[in-house]
Amino acid sequence: MTQSFELPVDKRRNVLDPVPELLELNARAPLFRPPGGMPHWIVTDREVVRQILADAERFSSMPPPEPDGRKPDPHPGSLLQTDGAEHSRLRRLVAPMFTVRQMKALEPMMARIVDQRLEVLERAGRPADLMRYFARPVSGLILAELIGLPRDDLSELSRLGDHRASGHSPRRHPATSEYVGHFRKLAAAQRRDPGEGLAGMLIREHGDAVSDEEVAGICESVANGSIENTAETIGLGVLALLCHPDQLALLRERPELMDRAVEELLRYVSVVASVSPRTALVDVEIGGELIKAGEVVSCSVFAANRCPYGGDDGTADRLDVAREPGNHLALGFGVHFCLGAALARLQLRIALTGLLERFPGLRLGTGVEELRFRSLAPQFGVETLPVLW
Amino acid sequence: MGIRVDRDSCVGSGACALFEPEFFDQSEEDGLVVLRAREAGAEALPALRRAASRCPARAITLVPSDGQGSAGWDRSD
Repeated sequence: MTQSFELPVDKRRNVLDPVPELLELNARAPLFRPPGGMPHWIVTDREVVRQILADAERFSSMPPPEPDGRKPDPHPGSLLQTDGAEHSRLRRLVAPMFTVRQMKALEPMMARIVDQRLEVLERAGRPADLMRYFARPVSGLILAELIGLPRDDLSELSRLGDHRASGHSPRRHPATSEYVGHFRKLAAAQRRDPGEGLAGMLIREHGDAVSDEEVAGICESVANGSIENTAETIGLGVLALLCHPDQLALLRERPELMDRAVEELLRYVSVVASVSPRTALVDVEIGGELIKAGEVVSCSVFAANRCPYGGDDGTADRLDVAREPGNHLALGFGVHFCLGAALARLQLRIALTGLLERFPGLRLGTGVEELRFRSLAPQFGVETLPVLW
Repeated sequence: MGIRVDRDSCVGSGACALFEPEFFDQSEEDGLVVLRAREAGAEALPALRRAASRCPARAITLVPSDGQGSAGWDRSD
């Protein structure tokens, strides 16, 4: 695809690394005004990102107006695009279903799906595309089981997801409404006959206190936050390991490091480069700057996780699978912290463990310079990842 | 040292229960934090400090056993 505009600095990567311009901007100030004027601010400093994401009183998560000034369509049930009491109400409906314990109970289901996809990957023959045969189906199938989505819906949702992720494509808006429509249909069907998944559980436990639109919105939020994020983290996580043979060897030698490796890979690849924008509700002085009421702030968790930071030991740019799990921001911070954190962590552990065990000789099937990346999608990722074993 | 959690701030991330299950759990009912111990020995301080700094809702605080809390014990990020 030809690009008729310059990609914003916080969306660019040098394969897996921050580009030098981002490092320079971060060294100069905790936040800056990007050219183009929208968002008004990009924040790269870890502590300032934490302060803003923790301050839901002064920074709203409601979507900012469209460039033409039009107010965005209301989005009932959206966990990411609500504030305050409404957000707490929605989050409390679903939080009990995403605890560490609840996710552990789903471990056999996740392991079964991972095993099936490892078979498919192996049968696809060398070199095989890890994204197509493993990473995307694993996260999609697990999510479908979790929500109670018919498997047949997955390929359609993934097609719509691709259009939606393609940034400025004219197909983006129709794809988005079709995508939403899909979840509305699911909610209506589950209302008639509530199943075992998240949608059915919400309806069984909360009845009329939760509307079909909200059930659809919640399931869509969960799908949005899960399918691509996990798939891209598996893909880039594997790429990061393959690009750091010493770290891969260490992890193979000491499989007990896997939990730490998962945290480190989440941090290192930070597929959600910037969390959804926040809008200042009042004037806020922060990081030596004045953010005015109404200005839109983009918090770059990729920069915050990977740029040198005064409060650490200066190793943020290094992949270290044995690193003591710290307080990285890859899953967000504050009230909107990733609802599916336990799901993501467990899924990544099972997928990576399975992959390393099945393929002791796993390696890249192409040169790194041949890889194409999804720079415009809400989640950074690699389009295809050919692997050999 | 005493461990305190603020269930009004908690968002049910499970980060504490995952990394320090000896001290933290999540309620079956609302997914929010449940303390398994309100007191811990000095040897647990580094792990508990990390748990407090990892908490995305800043809902965990550490206090001296005999006191009501002090800023120095608060967080270590």
